[in-house]
Amino acid sequence: MELIWQGLKEAVRLIASGDPEVLRITRLSLQISGGATLLSLLAGIPAGVVIALTRFPGRGLLIALVNTGMGLPPVVVGLFVSIFLWRSGPLGLLELLYTPTAIVIAQFVIAAPIVIGLTIAAMQQLNPRLRLQLLALGASRWQLLWLLMREARLPLLAAVMAGFGGVISEVGASMMVGGNLLGQTRVLTTATVLETGKGNFDVAIALSLILLLLVFGVNYLLTWIQQRGRAS
Amino acid sequence: MSEPVLEGTDLRVIYADQVALDVSRVTVQPGEVLALIGPNGAGKSTLLRVLGLLERPTSGSVQFRRAPVSWAGRDLLAIRRHFASVFQESLLCDATVEDNAALGLRLRRRPADEIQTQVRVWLERLGVAHLAGRRARTLSGGEAQRVSLARAFAVRPDVLLLDEPFAALDPPTREELLTLLQGLLREEKCTTIFVTHDREEALRLGDRIAVMMDARICQIGTPRGVFGRPTSEEVARFVGVETILDGRVVGEREGLLSVQINGAKIEALGKAAVGERVLVCLRPEDIVIGQRGERSAGQSARNHLEGRVEEATRLEAQYRVQVDCGPQVVALVTKQSFEELRLAPGSPVIVTFKASAVHLIRR
Repeated sequence: MELIWQGLKEAVRLIASGDPEVLRITRLSLQISGGATLLSLLAGIPAGVVIALTRFPGRGLLIALVNTGMGLPPVVVGLFVSIFLWRSGPLGLLELLYTPTAIVIAQFVIAAPIVIGLTIAAMQQLNPRLRLQLLALGASRWQLLWLLMREARLPLLAAVMAGFGGVISEVGASMMVGGNLLGQTRVLTTATVLETGKGNFDVAIALSLILLLLVFGVNYLLTWIQQRGRAS
Repeated sequence: MSEPVLEGTDLRVIYADQVALDVSRVTVQPGEVLALIGPNGAGKSTLLRVLGLLERPTSGSVQFRRAPVSWAGRDLLAIRRHFASVFQESLLCDATVEDNAALGLRLRRRPADEIQTQVRVWLERLGVAHLAGRRARTLSGGEAQRVSLARAFAVRPDVLLLDEPFAALDPPTREELLTLLQGLLREEKCTTIFVTHDREEALRLGDRIAVMMDARICQIGTPRGVFGRPTSEEVARFVGVETILDGRVVGEREGLLSVQINGAKIEALGKAAVGERVLVCLRPEDIVIGQRGERSAGQSARNHLEGRVEEATRLEAQYRVQVDCGPQVVALVTKQSFEELRLAPGSPVIVTFKASAVHLIRR
């Protein structure tokens, strides 16, 4: 218990004093996971909308693959992204391995299926007859898509939350493709692993607290928006 | 007749080998309300969707103002924007009442001041102006359907498509909205296609009525024509003819036919040759029931049949009485006469109906 108590006190001191190392790691984590989430939304929401609203051969299989992808183990993603970016790998020339970009790529691969899967679910929970009604009111194809997405905005927010939550707390892939390099690719999760390994529980607890607060803060914000939309 | 607004030719819709629609020709005249009635699954909604350019038929063509509709892209959208629809579900968006009423106009990118004016006017006319700021999902079924109607009327459509708009409402609300819509359609003279399975709604709103069965239009015409002179047994049953009897024409004198039915002989106005087999149709409201020995039911009534009451069923304001007078005949009797005549199963009665109330279907 003493260990935890000491750790907590030191952690609070580290955060309160604005320890530059802790700040830098936090900022990097936010940039990388935020960027990866944003990219996965840009690609995943349109993809999910198209899959949900159109019929084509192999659609069922594709949805099954997306749903499988929602539970993709990060270490597997890390492994394959590593292979692709490896010096002798297909994309080795880009020299991206052990850079923040590599982590963004890996986290994108993790978040995209989550966003696509939840987008499909969000669009499918809409009343199927709403499409006909909107067309009958004179909506063009783009207007129809926009209106349907607006109708599904609350469950779509859940996709944003789940995507961000999935990548900010992920450690395996970030470690493998980022390398946990101080000042370059060290993020909250990989730093926590490292500090715990070294027995620096105070720093590890500080980092974990920040991570928890981040995840809580983002989800609280989105939940607030969602509930406000529901209540009024 | 003036030039039709909409015209469908050789329309067929086939879903997985099942024919959902098979209509050789249908027109919608400017300013008229065309009511499509028929049992569930008869193809009414499919015809509405095809004529409303919401569903491409498997084959056949639709003409809007004499121009054939190409089922592609911009042209289709441009024509579709002359239309507006209200379905059984109000299908409002998750927004305020005001925003919902404005939707059709916003989709057409009309100027903001026009949108504001139209929305105010139509929410007012549909009696929901006081709800303008409310979220759509907090409305009752009747309120939501009023907003849905306001949303459709606000775009001032050339053709209004209504697909069972009152089917999900409770009877008082339905009655209120039906009266309101009747008034609006009369004032606006808006060309309307109105799908319903309810005969009364069709009678009250329709300028013409098309009866659909098994994917086809069986009969189309004025309410009086369709309800009074059905051309087949199925249509007759659907439009509320409860007595349909097999008969044979046995004589003719000055346009008045004598028809032999199951042990009784009746007189009917109609066209059929002596010896021909016919179906004798009688609407229950055209039959009067009286006590034996009494002949007060109008001098022009040509037919009097004696019989006994088989069964009496209480309806809302009337009794439905089945009488066995050789053939079985069904009549509607007001609650008052039912009590005055002290009718009960077994009561001896006389049924009376005019020769002109008899409709004959030649077989």
